[in-house]
Amino acid sequence: MAQITLKNLAHSYLPNPQSETDYALKEMDHVWQDGGAYALLGSSGCGKTTLLNIISGLLTPSHGRVLFGDRDVTDATTAERNIAQVFQFPVVYDTMNVRDNLAFPLKNRGKDAAYIKARVDQIARMIGMEAWLDRKAQGLTADAKQKISLGRGMVREDVNAILFDEPLTVIDPHMKWELRTQLKELHRQFGHTMIYVTHDQTEALTFAQKVVVMYEGRVVQMGTPEELFERPAHTFVGYFIGSPGMNFLEADVQGDRALLPGGETVMLGAHYGPVAGRVQIGIRPEHATLVASGGLPLTIRRIEDVGRHRLVRGEVMGRPLNVVMPEGMPVEGLPQVAFAPQKINVYADDWRVVPQEEGAA
Amino acid sequence: MEKTQNNKAWFLVLPVLVIVAFSAVIPLMTVVNYSVNDTFGNNEFFWAGLEWFDEMVHSSRLHEALGRQTLFSAIILAIEVPLGIFVALNMPKKGFWASLVLVLMALPLLIPFNVVGTIWQIFGRTDIGLLGRGLKALGLDYNYTSDPLDAWITVIVMDVWHWTSLVALLCYAGLQSIPQAYYQAARIDQASRWAVFRYIELPKMKGVLLIAVLLRFMDSFMIYTEPFVVTGGGPGNSTTFLSIDLVKMAVGQFDLGPAAAFSIMYFLVILLVSWVFYTVMTNLDRSQTDIPEAM
Amino acid sequence: MLELQGISRSVGGKVHIHPTNLTLQKGSMNVLLGPTLAGKTSLMRLMAGLDQPTTGRILWDGSDVTGQRVQDRGVAMVYQQFINYPGLTVYENIASPLRILGRPRDEIDRKVRETADMLHLTPMLGRKPLELSGGQQQRCALARALVKGAGLVLLDEPLANLDYKLREELRVEIPRIFEASGAIFVYATTEPEEALLLGGNTATLWQGRITQFGPTPIVYRQPVDATTARVFSDPPMNFVAARKQDGAVTLGDSQLPAGSFSDLPDGACLAGFRANHLSLTRPGPAAVEFTCTLAATEITGSETFVHVEHGADRWVGLVEGVHLLTPGQPLSVWLDPAHVYLFDASERLVVPAAYALAG
Repeated sequence: MAQITLKNLAHSYLPNPQSETDYALKEMDHVWQDGGAYALLGSSGCGKTTLLNIISGLLTPSHGRVLFGDRDVTDATTAERNIAQVFQFPVVYDTMNVRDNLAFPLKNRGKDAAYIKARVDQIARMIGMEAWLDRKAQGLTADAKQKISLGRGMVREDVNAILFDEPLTVIDPHMKWELRTQLKELHRQFGHTMIYVTHDQTEALTFAQKVVVMYEGRVVQMGTPEELFERPAHTFVGYFIGSPGMNFLEADVQGDRALLPGGETVMLGAHYGPVAGRVQIGIRPEHATLVASGGLPLTIRRIEDVGRHRLVRGEVMGRPLNVVMPEGMPVEGLPQVAFAPQKINVYADDWRVVPQEEGAA
Repeated sequence: MEKTQNNKAWFLVLPVLVIVAFSAVIPLMTVVNYSVNDTFGNNEFFWAGLEWFDEMVHSSRLHEALGRQTLFSAIILAIEVPLGIFVALNMPKKGFWASLVLVLMALPLLIPFNVVGTIWQIFGRTDIGLLGRGLKALGLDYNYTSDPLDAWITVIVMDVWHWTSLVALLCYAGLQSIPQAYYQAARIDQASRWAVFRYIELPKMKGVLLIAVLLRFMDSFMIYTEPFVVTGGGPGNSTTFLSIDLVKMAVGQFDLGPAAAFSIMYFLVILLVSWVFYTVMTNLDRSQTDIPEAM
Repeated sequence: MLELQGISRSVGGKVHIHPTNLTLQKGSMNVLLGPTLAGKTSLMRLMAGLDQPTTGRILWDGSDVTGQRVQDRGVAMVYQQFINYPGLTVYENIASPLRILGRPRDEIDRKVRETADMLHLTPMLGRKPLELSGGQQQRCALARALVKGAGLVLLDEPLANLDYKLREELRVEIPRIFEASGAIFVYATTEPEEALLLGGNTATLWQGRITQFGPTPIVYRQPVDATTARVFSDPPMNFVAARKQDGAVTLGDSQLPAGSFSDLPDGACLAGFRANHLSLTRPGPAAVEFTCTLAATEITGSETFVHVEHGADRWVGLVEGVHLLTPGQPLSVWLDPAHVYLFDASERLVVPAAYALAG
């Protein structure tokens, strides 16, 4: 096992990249701690698969180096890097039975039979496939096949990292829960470095200790789920994390208050120095609440009952704004919306402005 | 997903049935007619019952032709299928070279059968043919017109040259449908080249291989034009395959009755062997019935 | 109005759809909710007329259309895959159903532009589908389904192949589009949250059977049986074996306070509750406490999923805030009795959760 370091890494699929837009992956420096559970989150085309393929060795970066521990593996083949990967669609060897599928990576590395048997049984138990070990892989359901793929990824104890490329795409919601918690348990038991690529925020946030949010070939934030939720570093993170995403309102920030174009004032939970550029305040729908008075006037367009909460879609001064109201809380007869001051973030040209208190601390 | 039942669809099939009736069923009935009658021309028929069939079943001439034919098809399949797979595996997957190779591979398939025969007939001649003279120059005693073994080799090489492309192209199509993820997974699992072939490529090619084997079997079992042009069935009867023998019987000797009986048995043999092939190869999958993707 | 009367379908001795009665009103949004292979697609194909039912009749506005061809029925369908004509522009794609109907040129132009506008496709009208993003391709397919003004629009997991955020965006738009069209919408999905967001009515499906049909929030809060509750919960509903004796209900190692259990027969029964109703602090004086072992936690940034083991049962709880807990540690969880559903031995709902009736 090893720490993974990306040094001045960048990649372009073009032979002679001219400008920044030619790069699928813009220059980055990152360290992935040994034994960490990471998620690479972003919409399609943001470069997350490119980054994954560079780490796994399926792609050689056009700039920069990839280090596993102290070893430079930039030009090493996939096999030399000693990693495991689980793909979006189940990859199983159809003609083999489940046992042989799980044993395949071990057999190829010449492990002895007793060890293979013990290890395969252990993995089968963990993925809940003991009863299926002697079934042929062909003809199993998609989730069973994906479980085999996961199992094959886990079966080697000495891998440097296990990479997951949207592994739960083909899985039913009910089954997703089961597989995701199994993954977490496997991570806890074996302590492998895991990198999980997905466009699904729930999967990313629940799986990872640290989530890497990518946007247009750039890492915009690397942080714990809580950091991403509470203090998104970029408006894209605010929009992308959370369902629905963060609300943004244009404002003029002075000290600890924000002046909205309509003349209203919103109190902020912190003091800010002079802020230049296009300034917005961001507030999560979960941190906004409907009130009778003392807030901003809200025009309600639609109320959706999502079961455990209600989603109020409305407008503040012509700008869309969503509010999440917990189950059982009334929404009728409350014409205004108020924000929790501590939870408001300030953005200048889409990047978060650090308040004076936080900067000093 | 199963298909919709729509009885009106049968009407659409009707024109085809009519055409098939005229083009196949009626001529076939004529053959059946000849096979159970004796005729001396002038549209005079004498009922012969199963006499011709009886004669043909016990004819050593037919047995020998059938033996040659079976051996020929077996050799053809044994060479062309593995060779076709091998070629397909080594064809470039994309880019300019892939297109070029595809065109080159398709070329032999576009040449008419008798032209193929003529090409090899000349090519192999020891007086003016490049191959024949080349072999002679190397000190080999090669002459397909006099040596049965040389004739066999020439006919087989010609068929391999003509038809391996078909097997290769079919396999190539099968290989192209394998998602990249399978190869990546295999690299990560450190699978050997052989294991990749055995566990990924071969299973995914099985469907097209079935078609390739069936086509090659049927075609080779009915082969006529090419060996006829090259060897004319000789030397002696050494390359007289079933259809060459049939033509000799029907056209050369005007034994229409026996020839008709022969044709029907020939047809039934091909049908039977094809059916056996098909059943055996699909039964390999029987234990692995796929669960439908959506109900 | 679309009526299915005793519709069933079997293929080769295997029952795909058990006899089903279902009435869908004009201008209603209807969600078919169930896991893969529950029969959602089968049912839709029967509604569309792509498959013939083994038994039963299908009525459209009172007249029998069972044997009628799909082409004559006025249905439109959108699939999980983005199905458009790759060689035609978006404009021509949207116009294609109208051209087949032989509508006049100016009417086609007007309708195409209207529909494109509604689906935010106006700037892309001149492009080919493959030059569009996945979300736009699916919008184009939706536009094609809507443009001919079909009375029945069937959507078979239309958002399943889209990115999470695009899905969120289209989910907001579909009810809006639907309201404007006045057709019967039938929308198949595997995700309970999607059903809730779409509103309207929901039919829950399980193994070829509709287990319940009614207004979406009612089906969600008052499931008629444990199967419906299971299908309509994400994460799945938690269950715990319970027992009723002498007028009191015992739940694990605790007892439910006195309530209206008179309909419940004595003996073993099943109690169910949703993940978001489990809490790590005592929610009220009446709350029931369970001692569990923590198996895993998942943090979403604002909430925490706690996976706990209670005896042989495994539960999921969704609690507010970020909780950093060590797996393996003992954990007390609480449950407000108002959130407990009681099912009898055959898994039929007997006592609905009190909160659901109040709400």
